[in-house]
This record gives sequence, structure tokens and C-alpha cells, in this order.
Amino acid sequence: MPHPSGLPDLCIVIESDGEDRATEFQPLDWRNLDPSALRNRIRDLGLAGLGGAVFPTYIKLNPGATRKVPTLILNGAECEPWITCDDRLMRERAEGILRGAVAMQAILHADAIIVGIEDNKPEAAAALQAAAKQLGLPVEVTIVPTLYPSGGGKQLAYLLTGKEMPAGGRSTDAGVQVFNVATAYSLHRAIDLGEPMLSRVVTVTGHVSEPQNFEVRIGTPIEDLIRQAGGELAGATGKLIGGPMMGFELRDDTAPLTKAVNCVIVKNRKLFPAAPPALACIRCGECARACPALLQPFEMYWYAKAKDFGKAQSYRLFDCIECGCCSYVCPSHIPLVDFFRFAKGEIWAREREKEASEQARQRHEFHQFRLEREKQEKADKLAAKAVDRLKTVETGSSDPEAERKKAILQAAIERAQKAKEGITPKNVDGLTPQIQQEIADIEARRAQLRETAHAKDEDSA
Amino acid sequence: MLSAILVMALGGLVLGGVLGWASIRYRVEDDPLVEKIDAILPQTQCGQCGFPGCKPYAEAISKGEADINRCPPGGEDGVKRLAELLGVDPKPLGEGLEHKPKSVAVIDENLCIGCTLCIQACPVDAIVGAAKQMHVIVAEQCTGCELCLPPCPVECIRMEVIHEDVTTWKWRYPVHSLHPARPH
Repeated sequence: MPHPSGLPDLCIVIESDGEDRATEFQPLDWRNLDPSALRNRIRDLGLAGLGGAVFPTYIKLNPGATRKVPTLILNGAECEPWITCDDRLMRERAEGILRGAVAMQAILHADAIIVGIEDNKPEAAAALQAAAKQLGLPVEVTIVPTLYPSGGGKQLAYLLTGKEMPAGGRSTDAGVQVFNVATAYSLHRAIDLGEPMLSRVVTVTGHVSEPQNFEVRIGTPIEDLIRQAGGELAGATGKLIGGPMMGFELRDDTAPLTKAVNCVIVKNRKLFPAAPPALACIRCGECARACPALLQPFEMYWYAKAKDFGKAQSYRLFDCIECGCCSYVCPSHIPLVDFFRFAKGEIWAREREKEASEQARQRHEFHQFRLEREKQEKADKLAAKAVDRLKTVETGSSDPEAERKKAILQAAIERAQKAKEGITPKNVDGLTPQIQQEIADIEARRAQLRETAHAKDEDSA
Repeated sequence: MLSAILVMALGGLVLGGVLGWASIRYRVEDDPLVEKIDAILPQTQCGQCGFPGCKPYAEAISKGEADINRCPPGGEDGVKRLAELLGVDPKPLGEGLEHKPKSVAVIDENLCIGCTLCIQACPVDAIVGAAKQMHVIVAEQCTGCELCLPPCPVECIRMEVIHEDVTTWKWRYPVHSLHPARPH
């Protein structure tokens, strides 16, 4: 799997018959469809955010209790340097993107559509503007400076609206919803053609002979993709999935392409020199100046390193977007982001553990309560049964047979009552043989004493 | 002179009364120690500590009758947190107790005869089944206590270590890989 862990996961292998035929797709009549039914259709078509986080689109298309998200932002700023897949998509398929955006606007009841594009993509901006004019749509195309990580949803929303997004919340809480342009395009394909998400645009770059963008079917082996780009050149030192800042190492070339993969970079020693050894933090504060989330990475670093996760969290660890700016600027080459990812993972794992143990506690308490209750119920039932039987016998004739039965029943009632009072033999399972021997001895002595006492009673009587 | 003493005494009485009333009115129900200890214990309910469950062990610790290093599923980490809570020095796990990786019990369906003995032994009711019917363990609810292993007459239950998968994987603590020094 193309995942930072490199762990295997369940995959389906589709054997192609080479005909490349699909079933007839039915376009969605989205303007007349009930919003909830429409969202369910979008879910079934497998739409997810193509910016890299793969957040399910149908959830983001739910305006929630407010019933309205005033501002819809299309994210045309690339996630990271080197990636150009959104740029190509905007240049070539601007109309489709805008058609998808119109549907988004209708579903979210948004007043305005803003497209944010970085200033190094003038062609893409021009293409979108032309398409907007052609479709007669009031789309505002805004140019933002090319400065990583303005492709981050919250960062772009701040750049375009001037509204800061709530910590720990979603941008919808501030009345803004951000979609990647590729997501808008796939929504267009889904509703206007009825096509599920079958493919996405991927950048293949780095140390390959022909770096370029491809529209790739989901599930294509990544090695095929690299071969398509002319293959890796001599001296390649590995592959990155994602950009140079947040990307992770690909461990197995046969791994399939997922919706989250926006870029494949083949590394070499010149482009990605080995990280120099980390030195001690000199508290220069460079990382705090670089942090787009306005955090203090050096403080969080101390606590994450010392595994003092509570303190790290109090420095708002969970507002970290793991963009990697702090690690990049650090003069001591400390892998700060790795520490933050580690701390986040540990905190999540602890929370999961705590939840599991709380559940186990409740189940154990219920288990004990159930055992008690069953004991009680059994005793009650036995007593009631014996009383019933006694009544039927009493009403019968007084022959010796009935008398005998009555005596047996009386004894049964007494036994049941005793059981009800909780006089049950102690649990003697699982004891050592010595202790069991001891118990047997004591019981034997008791029996003997009882017998002698009995004999004395009879004698005196 | 006398009036001054009286004023001070009166003031003292009034303020004392207010404080006394406030201490009763706004009494803070503090978490009893047993609950706090119980919250640290892993709730495996395995009984390896010698007590029939985590709560009894927590009670024994709070009374000072049991040591803090009797809980193998909690491991060193658990002992450390108990030591922190109780203000004592942490110590290694007690003799004969070892921390095992977290695992779940699995029933071999081909061998299970449906005797219900394991169902009765499970402290968290995580085994489903009926007499002469195949039993199955609900993996999400299994605490890995191993209490179902001894009662099974056909030894069809085994423990399986939980392996890391994509959903439970965590980023590792960052360490630098060492390279051998190159001769110059």
C-alpha cells in the first residue's frame, strides 16, 4: 500500500479483459434530487477529496445545521512544490471544474465561489476565467502568492477570506468550505455523466526521463506509472509519494495508486541529499516564524521528545498541519515534524486504549451483576416451584405415600430457601492439592463430630 | 480596649462561621483513591495479580495490602503511573509475571464441541455461543486475559498476538540511522 507504514493491506486484483468497456452510466438529475439522496449517490460513486487527505466529499457537501455555507472556495493552489497535477487539470478542463463547482454551490447554498490560484499559474487562471465567462458564472478567480503551504485548506481560506479558521474545528464553522479543483471536476463527472471516481491526475517527476502529468486509473501499479514516464534514470535512490515536504517513502513499487496519491517523485542524491545528523535545538525560533499555523514548534518538540504528551497537547499539537516548514528551516536539522507525528500517534493510541479499557470495565461489571441476578432468579424459581408442589400434595389424600412426598418437598423448600439466603458452598476450584487435602481432612473430622453428637443425643433420649 | 477585643472577636466568629458554612455547602467530592487506581489498571480482568479482577486489586492497593507491580498487562508503564499516583518509587514487575504483547483469544471452530465452559469463564462476556453450538469470540471485546484457555476440555482456544495494520500503525519515535564513518 502507498502508506507511510509500508504495511500490506487487503487489495483487489482486477484482471482486465482488454476491452475497456464500462456499463452505461446514468447522469444524475441533481437539481431535482433530494439533497440527502444526492449525497448518498455521491458517496456510492466513491467521491473523495483529491487534494491528498481523501476526506469523503459527501460529508463535506453537508451544510449541517446552519443549512448554508456562504463561501465556497476551490483550491487551485498546489499542495506542495513540484506538484503540477491541479495546474494541468485547470488548464485543460476548466469547464468541467466549474460545472462541478456549480453543483457544489447549489448543494451548500453558497453565495460566492472563489477560486484561489497561485501566481505561478497564469495559464490556469486565464483558462478558468475564460470558462467562467463562457458559462456565464460569477466565479471570482483570485491570485495568491506562491508560498508553501498556501495549498492547505485552512491556509488558503485565510488568504482568500481573511477569516481565521477555528482551532480543532472545520472551516465550515467559519462559513467556508474548501474543495480541491480536482474534486470539483470529479463531481462534474459524477453528476453530469454518472461516472464513479475511476481516475485522477498524477504528477510523475524527479529523476525520470520524461516528467509529466498523467490521468491514471485508481489501482494502477505505481511501477507502471513510472515506466510510462520514461522510467527512472540511473542513480535513483528511491521514490516519494506526495510532495517533497510531506511525502513519504514508497517501499514497494507494485503498490497500487490510491485516490490520495497526487504525485510520485523519483529521488536521486542531488535532489534529495541525505539529511545531516540532527544537532541540539538552539532555540533560535526560526521554526515558530515559519509555522503557518502560528504554533511554537520548538516548545512542542521538547515535550514530544520527552514523551510528555499532555504538555505537547497544551501547545496545540493538534493544530499542526505537518507541513514540514519547521523541519525545513531548522538550522540544527531536527526532524521536528517526525516528533509531532509520533506524539499525535501516541496520543491517539492512548485514547483508543482508554476507551477499550472503559468498555471492558463496564462489561465486567455487567458480567458480575448478571451472575448475581441469575443466582437470585434460580433460587426464587426453585422456592416457588416447591411451594406449588406442596400445595397440590396437601390437597390430596393422607395416605403414607403422600406424606412421604410432602416430607421430601418440605426438605426441598428448605434447601431452596437456604440457597436464596446465599448459603452456597464456597468455590473450592483451582486450589493446590495440599489445600484440598486439608479441606477434606477438616470435613471428615466435622462428620465424625456430628456422628458422635448424634449418638449422644440418642443415648440421652 | 475592651471594645477593640470584642470587635476583633466578633469579626473572627463571623468569618469563622462563614468559612465553616462554606466548607460544608461547597464540599468537593474528591475522587476516591480506588477509582483513580482502577482508571490506571488496564481492565483486562485477568486475575494474574491474584485478585479476582482489576477493581479488587485497586482496592487492595489503596489499602496497602498489595504491591503496585502485580499487573503484567499494564506493564512497566502501568507500574510507573501507579507509582506516580501513589507517590512511591516504581519497581520492576513482580516475580513470575511478564508483560506479553496484546493478543486476542481465537476459537478453532473445527474443534469446538460447544461445552459453554469458556463462556462462563470470560470476565467480559466476549464469547458468544450456546450448548452444543459452535462458540465464537468477539475480538473487539476480548481483553486477552487468557481465562478461557484452562477450562476448554478440547484445547481449541489459542491466543493470537494482535499485529499492527494500517489502521493501528503509529509513527515511530524519530531516531537517526547511524552510518559507518568513511575513511578520508
